[in-house]
Amino acid sequence: MKPAAFTYHRAHDVREAVELLTELGDEAKILAGGQSLAPMMNFRLARPSALVDITRVPGLDYLRHDADGLRIGALTTHRAVETAGVPDGFRVLPRAARWVGHYPIRCRGTFGGSIAHGDPTSEWCLLAVLLEAGIVLRGPRGRREVPATEFFHGFFATAAEPDEMIVEIRFPGAAPRAALTEFAQRQGDFAVVAAAVSLTIEDGVCSAARLVLGGVDPQPAVVDADQALVGRSANETTWRAAGELAAESIDPPSDGHGSGAYRKRLAATLVSRAFTEAATS
Amino acid sequence: MTRFAVKATLRATNAPTGPLGRTGARMAREAKLDGHGTWIGASVPRKEDGRMLRGSGRFVDDVERYGALHAAFVRSPYGSATVNSIDVAAATGIPGVHHVLTAADLDNPYLLAVLERDEFVPTTMPLLAESEVRHAAEPVAVVLAEDPYAAEDGAEAVEIDFTPRQAVTDLDTAPTGPNVHSGLADNCLVDLTMFDDDRLDGVLADAPLTVEAEFSSARLAALPMEGRGCLAEWDDRDGQVVLHASTQVPHQLRSGIAQALGLPESTVRVIAPDVGGGFGLKCVVGREEVVIAAAAARLRRPVKWVEDRQENLTASFHGHEQHYAVRAAFDTTGRLLGLAADIRCDVGAYSAFPFTCAVEPLMAATELPGAYKVPAYRARGRAIATNKPPTAPYRGVSRPQIVLVMERLMEKAAAALDLDPLEVRRRNLISEGEFPYTGASGITYDEGSYRESLDLAEKTVTEAGWYSERDELRAAGIPAGIGFSCFSERTAYGTPIMAQRRMGMTPGYDTAHVRMDPTGEVIVTTGTCGHGQGHETTFAQIVATRLGVHPDQVRLRQGDTDLAAYGWGTFGSRSIVIGGTSARRAADDVAAQLRRIAAHLLEVDESDVRLMHGAATVRGVPGASLEIAELARTAYFRAHTLPEGSEHGLEARGSADPPGTFSNACHTVLVTADPGTGAVRVRRYLVVEDCGVVINPLVVDGQVRGGVTQGIAAALYERIRYDGDGQPNSATLMDYLAPTASEICPIQITHLETPCPYTEDGAKGMGEGGTIGAPAAVLNAVNDALAHTGVAMDHIPVRPEDVLSSLSRPLATVGGT
Ligand SMILES: Cc1cc2nc3c(=O)[nH]c(=O)nc-3n(C[C@H](O)[C@H](O)[C@H](O)COP(=O)(O)OP(=O)(O)OC[C@H]3O[C@@H](n4cnc5c(N)ncnc54)[C@H](O)[C@@H]3O)c2cc1C
Repeated sequence: MKPAAFTYHRAHDVREAVELLTELGDEAKILAGGQSLAPMMNFRLARPSALVDITRVPGLDYLRHDADGLRIGALTTHRAVETAGVPDGFRVLPRAARWVGHYPIRCRGTFGGSIAHGDPTSEWCLLAVLLEAGIVLRGPRGRREVPATEFFHGFFATAAEPDEMIVEIRFPGAAPRAALTEFAQRQGDFAVVAAAVSLTIEDGVCSAARLVLGGVDPQPAVVDADQALVGRSANETTWRAAGELAAESIDPPSDGHGSGAYRKRLAATLVSRAFTEAATS
Repeated sequence: MTRFAVKATLRATNAPTGPLGRTGARMAREAKLDGHGTWIGASVPRKEDGRMLRGSGRFVDDVERYGALHAAFVRSPYGSATVNSIDVAAATGIPGVHHVLTAADLDNPYLLAVLERDEFVPTTMPLLAESEVRHAAEPVAVVLAEDPYAAEDGAEAVEIDFTPRQAVTDLDTAPTGPNVHSGLADNCLVDLTMFDDDRLDGVLADAPLTVEAEFSSARLAALPMEGRGCLAEWDDRDGQVVLHASTQVPHQLRSGIAQALGLPESTVRVIAPDVGGGFGLKCVVGREEVVIAAAAARLRRPVKWVEDRQENLTASFHGHEQHYAVRAAFDTTGRLLGLAADIRCDVGAYSAFPFTCAVEPLMAATELPGAYKVPAYRARGRAIATNKPPTAPYRGVSRPQIVLVMERLMEKAAAALDLDPLEVRRRNLISEGEFPYTGASGITYDEGSYRESLDLAEKTVTEAGWYSERDELRAAGIPAGIGFSCFSERTAYGTPIMAQRRMGMTPGYDTAHVRMDPTGEVIVTTGTCGHGQGHETTFAQIVATRLGVHPDQVRLRQGDTDLAAYGWGTFGSRSIVIGGTSARRAADDVAAQLRRIAAHLLEVDESDVRLMHGAATVRGVPGASLEIAELARTAYFRAHTLPEGSEHGLEARGSADPPGTFSNACHTVLVTADPGTGAVRVRRYLVVEDCGVVINPLVVDGQVRGGVTQGIAAALYERIRYDGDGQPNSATLMDYLAPTASEICPIQITHLETPCPYTEDGAKGMGEGGTIGAPAAVLNAVNDALAHTGVAMDHIPVRPEDVLSSLSRPLATVGGT
């Protein structure tokens, strides 16, 4: 569990980081909190030839709210999100942070790092898709924004090019009724299945809903459960029906943490629990 | 003397009174026996903790040597394969790599563990694989480099041509699968039928109730915080290879190295520095440790190897993978009439030195009846070879499983007969008036509090409202259950008992040496080898009490084969009973020497001298007193003032070899199951335990809590998995689910004290009990929580998926019992 040899470079601003990535080529990787990359390097599952350390790049550690929504800087730690004061429509972010690893991991791991890593059960990836965030990238060809719904391409693969850096995640719209819940046997583990949901309730009736599942596909899975939700009374029966419909519409894989059939049952439970939490939030 | 300002407090145990007070009263008597000044029973804070918490402990990896080479092992990627060729050229070309050694370079050394029984098939365990690999991660070559990074680069570059073969990976297919060792019939390494009783088949046929059931437990990793590791160096002055190793058994490791390399034992010195846990994993000899010693001896250069977590999970020893097919006969009142068990243990590819692969089946077959009276008994115990790593005697060794079997049988019989399961236990437990009791397997049980601990546990949880809490949870739609387990465990196996196993080397006795220095400070040297249990504190309490000094004045030297006489190390809950008693006996000799000096100087009778609070005082002569430090000074520096013929110095040796003494306990647990996920949570946990006289409640409680946590882990979380090709699927702590503090609830502990009859201090062993009792209690609680579903679970770990699928079955009866 010792990494293969690599060279180390420290970037002092975004431009330098991008220049280093361009110069060092495809095998170079950004190092942020190191909470995913360092273990993968120790197992030699990742073998970057060079690391570009961005932890000293100033000005990327923020949560800002304005008319365009909420913007989170790439180097904002999970812990900073957990303890941030955010406007009403974005409370699901700090509430969900407690599911991310353990305290020491949350103090080092970064929001941008999670998005770049693209684990299909990552809370931030699920919420980015749920809330239709934009992933803001900087590369040698300038700045671009990719919708989160198009960003994740399967296990640890994303729309970011090797020479691009994530600088910001933009959450355009508030979601006052949203929740994320998940299941793992141990506190702090990656979820076996996670469910992120948002809801609009008008006069006791569900008028719109959105549902994203983690742990059932190689990327966050947007599941359409409108049929069980839209136009129905906002109550337990509806949430349970939505859970059942979601479970029916997925075909999750089996592994040591649970069979596909078990994951379907988990999805039913978690979706219904997430809607219950969202409805009362 | 300010040192004595803090007086030892007596046992802070919740000894019961009234009808349950038998053991409590005995305890009080014992306490008085020692009078004041005793440190026995005091919660002395652990001497070790300061340095551990400050990070100034000294573990193997903290030991540095100039010019040391770092080792990385090249390991088999296959569960079973032929090794055609090994090409080291590319690896030796990597910058920083100095040597690559294969079996041939070391003259094909191996370890051979022997059991002197016809039913045992001896097999050698090559230190580095020769023509065959028998499990994934088996070491094939070792790369020695300037740093661990280059060593791993080198290991990657060694090219080995393998021809993979079909692997044998489970108990059921092993008998018909390819042979793990050539010519090994049915892949069976040991097949023992023991205690056969002609009456048994008749008893089973005629009994009013026969319970038939199968039980299984998953393969586990012992998972010490510190993995294995060693640093070997050549000492040219002594012509000796010195190995610092993370081990529980320094002398046995020395013997293993000497035997494998054909060396006289005295040319090998093993030193265990601070050791970060062992749990049995480090009570056998690892191939890597011998290879490192051999490399250092050959190269005359220090060599270090520190196991990483992936190696610890895939390449070190496992344990605990067993299957039981059991038939038990009961009469209509729930009394056990007979028991037949067929026990199979998946022991992996090799027999670990020196305990052999028979340690699990032998323990299981011999001790299955446990705390219960079994009039007719038969057990068949087999060790089955598979293409998985070998097994070591993991904490509890088969007792977690046999307790689980007996406790599930009690529940099943009670359910079939519609009796209270606790009442069924009471009818079968060995009880007051029946001790010493000799069971069907020939074991003699010294006195314990089997009934009392169950009664007290039931009383405690009833009064604390566990039953109403369970019923309220159920009413709220949350499956909840309470489980009990009653057990006794033999601890401190001496040589007569160990000899029954017929190992090539019979462990058992131990020795200690006590020396007081001229300033009155004491050094105790033992052959036991604590690795986190707090021996530096508890041994000091025992010796300080005998010598009348403060435990801070007593230092423990352990884990060094050149300092101590041959000792068997620390395993099998032996140290405080065997090592502690040895130390006490040696200390008593030194105390007698001190009393003789005091009697001479004070001109009184030796028998009137008492050693206490740092001074020798005289019974009936207030004011006549000498500091112990003064006596020590006299012994060394003014020996001419002592009567002619006095011994020189202040030191003595003691030894002990008890037959083995039974600790016992009752565990009770309340669990809930999440009806939507199947996740089981342990909500409340009570241990009523009896390990004889408690030397240090703080230390005992720590051992019990850690043990219970490992038992809960076995019941609900941990599982080493291999696929059909013998590939490990639990190579990281993301997949091997060791529970953390978040998963474990507070554990309440009550002590009863039935003194061990074989030793002066009366302590019994207590290192394993927590792990032994917890799986059965948790499994019974889970079954209680699922009672309404009609599903019975007889395997561990019970996974959320298992629970959820039984909950989603159509309900048999609603509400449960
Ligand atoms: C025990 C444990 C439990 C965990 N549990 C969870 C959990 O429950 N949920 C969860 O979501 N995560 C979990 N994590 C992962 C943790 O959240 C990581 O912090 C996160 O996945 C990666 O963020 P990082 O800043 O540490 O990135 P790094 O580890 O430094 O990098 C990860 C990857 O992202 C790339 N990268 C990083 N920043 C950028 C950027 N700005 N632009 C482009 N590429 C970038 C890196 O090159 C690398 O490929 C856990 C980690 C551990 C060790």
